[in-house]
Amino acid sequence: MTVRSEELAHLKEMLLKMATLVESAIQSSVQSLVERNSGLAQLVIEGDQAINTFDVKIDEECIRLLALKQPMGKDLRFITTAMKITSDLERIGDNAVNIAERAVELNEEPLLKPYIDIPRMSRISQGMVRDTINAFISEDKRLAKDVIIRDDEVDDLNEMVWKELMFIMTQDPTTVSRAVKITYVSKYIERIADHATNIAEMVLYLVDGKIIRHMALPPEEK
Amino acid sequence: MSALMEFDVKGLNFYYAGAVHALKNISLPIYKNNVTALIGPSGCGKTTLLRCFNRMHDLYPGNRYEGEILFKGKNIFSEDIDVIDLRSRIGMVFQKPTPFPMSIFDNIAYGLRLKGIKKISDLSERVERALHHSALWDEVKDKLHASAYELSGGQQQRLVIARALAVEPEVLLFDEPTSALDPISTAKIEDLIVNLEKYVTIIIVTHNMQQAARISDWTGFMMLGDLIEFDRTDTIFTHPSQKLTEDYITGRFG
Repeated sequence: MTVRSEELAHLKEMLLKMATLVESAIQSSVQSLVERNSGLAQLVIEGDQAINTFDVKIDEECIRLLALKQPMGKDLRFITTAMKITSDLERIGDNAVNIAERAVELNEEPLLKPYIDIPRMSRISQGMVRDTINAFISEDKRLAKDVIIRDDEVDDLNEMVWKELMFIMTQDPTTVSRAVKITYVSKYIERIADHATNIAEMVLYLVDGKIIRHMALPPEEK
Repeated sequence: MSALMEFDVKGLNFYYAGAVHALKNISLPIYKNNVTALIGPSGCGKTTLLRCFNRMHDLYPGNRYEGEILFKGKNIFSEDIDVIDLRSRIGMVFQKPTPFPMSIFDNIAYGLRLKGIKKISDLSERVERALHHSALWDEVKDKLHASAYELSGGQQQRLVIARALAVEPEVLLFDEPTSALDPISTAKIEDLIVNLEKYVTIIIVTHNMQQAARISDWTGFMMLGDLIEFDRTDTIFTHPSQKLTEDYITGRFG
């Protein structure tokens, strides 16, 4: 009488639903900025409650299973990993809210410049979130490693955006308020990719039982 | 989880002959088609409480009950209760398997024959059904007329459960049903108990706290004859309201 497969399936289903909400929050928050749609930004801000509710529900279910079913082996790793994944997903949801909040502010001022790199960063990050959750559900190590590698692209784009905005600010001090907010947005997206990477590292723990956080992937693994 | 009550225990006191006050003013509900576990350190009164439900204590002179246990609204201690009938409606399974020295088939048919069922086809049908419900059928279907003693300990325990189920009781009382079994047999009995709650109400006494956590819907924690806390099992094992319960489940005493 250990953890039943329906109980694990239910947990996976809740995680997938939460991840879908999170992914859509990222997409909408960046869209609200690019299309200067503050109404959409407001929806992202309000929608965060649903993500938070999943965070609590998944934690409660994991605690219940740990207390009542004394899971072992893979089941134990799955449940403890699910608990950590849900906090990363919840933080990603908060980052999307932060992007939406900056979008509302930026939409009230004239457009500084067309957004090109930000949507690109956002697309990569969204894909990372989607793939990392799929990797978790299907215990796909290869996909998880791929997510970890993609984080570098987002980091590079973030640095590029930052440098470009620094240059704009030095040229024209009236742009500072807007440019600083855009650097925030860029940083939020970069954080989203970091959270996706955390999840991918946990997938590797789930499959192999080895904790690889705070270590570089060995060269032959890349 | 249904909230229909099978038993309502109200202010139950129990004194063993010689006036040992073993149960002190116990009140709790037992819900129908649910598994209720009674846990607590040795000597806390959990087995004593279990044995009240089918009046097992009557078998020894000088024992005394006070208070009431309502079963279908009727106090089982009232004078007009037929104790034999009560025990056929409330079956019991003990710590050590207790097969009778006869065949597997006859072990299960025993209670049915006592109830006056003689037709072989009726007997066969009910024996088979009981063996299915106790998850033993596949293992014994080809040797129903072999001696029950040929079975392993875990199989014997499931046979005893089948024998109890054959007479279609409304309640099954389990007194440490797995403490004499190996882990695999234990897991089978635990799965069985969880599946059986569809058919019967179950009360189980167990030393094994993790077992109570795994299989029960409700848990009562007892100590020195008192019921310290009774609640849903997930509440008892994640955030009990009493410090004594917390100390017990975290292994600080007991």
